[in-house]
Amino acid sequence: MTNDECKKVVLDIISDIAPDEDLSNVKPDVRLRDQLQLDSMDFLDIVMELRKRHGIEVPEADYIQLASLDSCALYLVPKFNALAAKS
Amino acid sequence: MNSGSHYDVAIIGAGLSGLAAGIRLAHFGKRVCIFERHNAVGGLNSFYSIGGRKFDVGLHAVTNFVPEGIKGTPLGKILRQLRIERSEFALCPQVGSRVAFGPNGEHELKFSNDFALLESEVAARFPRQIDGFRWIAAHIRTMPLSGGEAGSSARAFIRRVIDDPLLEDMILCPLMFYGSAREDDMDFGQFSIMFRALYLEGFARPFEGVRVMMRVLLDKYREAGGERRMKCGVRSIVAREGRATALILDSGEEIQATHVLSSIGSAETLSLMGGPPKAGRTLGYVETISVLSEPPSALGWGNDTIVFFNDSERFTYRDPLSPADLRSGIICFPNNFRYGEGRELSEGFFRVTCLANYEEWANLSPEAYREQKESLFPRIQLAAMRFLPRLASPDLLARSTVATDMFTPTTVEKFTGHFRGAIYGAADKRPDGRTPLSNVFICGTDQGMLGIVGAMLSGISMANQHVLKAPAGAS
Repeated sequence: MTNDECKKVVLDIISDIAPDEDLSNVKPDVRLRDQLQLDSMDFLDIVMELRKRHGIEVPEADYIQLASLDSCALYLVPKFNALAAKS
Repeated sequence: MNSGSHYDVAIIGAGLSGLAAGIRLAHFGKRVCIFERHNAVGGLNSFYSIGGRKFDVGLHAVTNFVPEGIKGTPLGKILRQLRIERSEFALCPQVGSRVAFGPNGEHELKFSNDFALLESEVAARFPRQIDGFRWIAAHIRTMPLSGGEAGSSARAFIRRVIDDPLLEDMILCPLMFYGSAREDDMDFGQFSIMFRALYLEGFARPFEGVRVMMRVLLDKYREAGGERRMKCGVRSIVAREGRATALILDSGEEIQATHVLSSIGSAETLSLMGGPPKAGRTLGYVETISVLSEPPSALGWGNDTIVFFNDSERFTYRDPLSPADLRSGIICFPNNFRYGEGRELSEGFFRVTCLANYEEWANLSPEAYREQKESLFPRIQLAAMRFLPRLASPDLLARSTVATDMFTPTTVEKFTGHFRGAIYGAADKRPDGRTPLSNVFICGTDQGMLGIVGAMLSGISMANQHVLKAPAGAS
């Protein structure tokens, strides 16, 4: 999986949990929370959807890794690739 | 241990907060069961039928209503977190409401879902106070949705910028009537929640009443895999070493759960742990409901949605130590919401709510109780009618009335299990939801959020914080 594919996965999830947000101009290097109306509860939802849809587990201590799209990609791409290698 | 009766989370009470918590937890794959003693869901915001007519309990209006597209509001948050489409709740905005003070309502402030109306009313009637009023609104817009600093006095806060006691009381009256469990004053945090809910946001109602919202919640809960057991109350919570280890149901059956969320009130929950079955001072209400053959506007009563009235020099918000305090109250006309072109309720409704003392009702024989209800019913209505346009003929209301009903603090206690029929719960809230047992948490009215939207938000945030563990303080 590429970084861009991973960012799209995250944006798809956000568009489902926050359908009222405009996601067309999300800056990858800025914290999601600073450009979208997302709070800690919404981040829980992102974590849940990653598990439900993609089988990716994000332990609580790592939630901070999901701060921006860039950090999401950095953290999640190896997890996606490890999962793909297993199957 | 019987693994069939072990749950990740047991929720006590199928009201709005319990259902919202249940949906949230079931979405996250938790094995969750809601235990409800009554045969109907809804708790303090339920519904019932008498003679084929449907009545809402509790709900006058859904507060915290904002139109689509306004972000960062409690309504938006619960829709998001429960995966509910806005249209599913089918909320229709109010026409307009007012606060009417003085022996015949000569001091009046109109308000609607557009805050500019209230602002202009204050400017016109209290020109010296408008800057202070704007300062209050601006300050509250910056407060967190959960209310912020607890413990301080709303009156002291208002007095920093407003020095007319009439305006102070008129601002507070609707906010107290719609959610204060504290007498005479409000906790500042609760004040900011309610100021936002009523004035900055507004009122709405589904055409078919609160049952529409209950149906949506039940469907979501079922789809998410949540279990629900009705007519199945929890009799006690068994504790060992500071944790709940089991719930004993009314039937004697034993249930195990890793976490317990209780929406039945804090004193009520403590009593399940062996505490005294008593609440402290609480506020009770009586309500009269008249079903009319025509909408209230056709009787000449205009289009008010809600009228908050008070006839005395100061507004007194305390337990009246009498069966009903007729000096002040709330009038609600469920007909006066914007249901859309050609959609009108098939009958008129006239509801009046006043403060009432619990003991004055609870200590009566069944016959005396019935007599007191009958004698107070017309007096409560007359007290309210001082604040409405005069009817064309004195017997018009009686001639138009096709059915009536009335509830008292004992009715509320009987059907909801809340001690003393306390609609807004205990005066002391538990914002963090914690109890003496480390795995038992309070949600709902005693956690401190208010109104229907607040109740759902309470269930959601307690589930998030204590079971799903959103990082603390991260929001």
